[in-house]
Amino acid sequence: MSSAAPKTSSNSITDKTMLVVRDLFCERDDRVLFKNLDFDLPEGQVLQVQGSNGSGKTTLMRILCGLNDSYEGSIKWYGQEVEDQAASFYSSLLYIGHRVGVSKVLTPVENLRWSCSLKQAVSDEQIMEALKEVGLRGFEESPCYTLSAGQQQRVSLARLIISPASLWVLDEPFTTLDTKGVAQLEKILQRQAQAGGSVMVTTHHSLSIAELTLLSLG
Amino acid sequence: MTEKQTTTSAAFMATLKRDLLIAFKKKNDIVNPFMFFIIVVSLFPIGISPESDRLTEIAAGVIWISVLLASMLSMDNLYRSDFEDGSLEQLLLSPHPLFFLVLAKNISHWLVSGLPVVLVSPILAYMLALPTEAYGTLVLSLLLGTPIMSLLGSIAVALTVGLGSRGLILAVITLPMSVPILIFGTLAVQSTLNSQSPLGYLSLLLVMLSVSVSLAPLASAAALKISVN
Repeated sequence: MSSAAPKTSSNSITDKTMLVVRDLFCERDDRVLFKNLDFDLPEGQVLQVQGSNGSGKTTLMRILCGLNDSYEGSIKWYGQEVEDQAASFYSSLLYIGHRVGVSKVLTPVENLRWSCSLKQAVSDEQIMEALKEVGLRGFEESPCYTLSAGQQQRVSLARLIISPASLWVLDEPFTTLDTKGVAQLEKILQRQAQAGGSVMVTTHHSLSIAELTLLSLG
Repeated sequence: MTEKQTTTSAAFMATLKRDLLIAFKKKNDIVNPFMFFIIVVSLFPIGISPESDRLTEIAAGVIWISVLLASMLSMDNLYRSDFEDGSLEQLLLSPHPLFFLVLAKNISHWLVSGLPVVLVSPILAYMLALPTEAYGTLVLSLLLGTPIMSLLGSIAVALTVGLGSRGLILAVITLPMSVPILIFGTLAVQSTLNSQSPLGYLSLLLVMLSVSVSLAPLASAAALKISVN
């Protein structure tokens, strides 16, 4: 695990640097959440965002995804401003927030069929395989309101297995998972980094991933 | 790492199918506005007069106002649950133009809340003693008018979906926008009853529908972005 400060000089930016964030400033209700925030996210790295409650972790994640535009500063995706290449950025992005994007009246298969098809073509076999991998075998056709919060979280995490997205932005993905689920998710994150993808994750867990870098807020 | 990205039409169809599936699983969302429409229309002959002459006079207006109120009842379902469970965020983060995804949701909403009301309207028109020659105009005007209500209502719902308690705000935004539809719809039926051509009013509704289909999803998409901000 590396705990080096994520702030890097612009000299180190290479064509393998996915995200370059410079001079990010965000204020909410007359309170500065962060200012002069600089960090890079190269390919093959997991960036864990840490900070106390209310330090702006979720806000930062939502800003990076374009769900929140109350900020100043520059966010570049492979050297170009994100808004100049939105379609390419969103094709490469997978975001799972506090609200996991699972409709309770639909089954896990129906949920994944829709959420995955917003980005890439997906077969039912891929969905079944992913649900099996996250431990939801036997629940494929159960309405999600019959599943526990942890199982619903697993439905959304199955998207990580199916998705070819190169950048994952995950906001507290470990919250409702059991010990086995936490270990499994860590493996999935590591696999993503080893395959050349990148992950930004907020969590209070201590992650044991070799490609880990920490970013502290607040 | 990107592979086999879906086309916009595939994403559009997936969203349409998903929303229809949700609507058929949550049957109350379909049945409630439909039953409300039938009940409201049925109360008029009881409350005003069962005499055919008086009912004929008010039939078009009663049906149109009831359709408008029923559409208000169903509008809230359009984005609320998606906002609460996070599906809306996933929709906004799609690489496809939001215009088409919002349009898919609007079409689905009309198919489950607008179309049934249009289909049952001749039966209610019969109950209100509307002369049979006006049935065609009534159905046609509703076929043109109800999608406009869904599209305009979508903007208001998108604007208010992030608010905790909305009260009457949805009605305050939607009803003034719906007044022209109400006027042209009832005038089309009235002109048929007066042996005049309803084509002028129906054309106006058609123009309004065309403008709504082209612009309302853009406004809804912008409003949704503001609401999740």
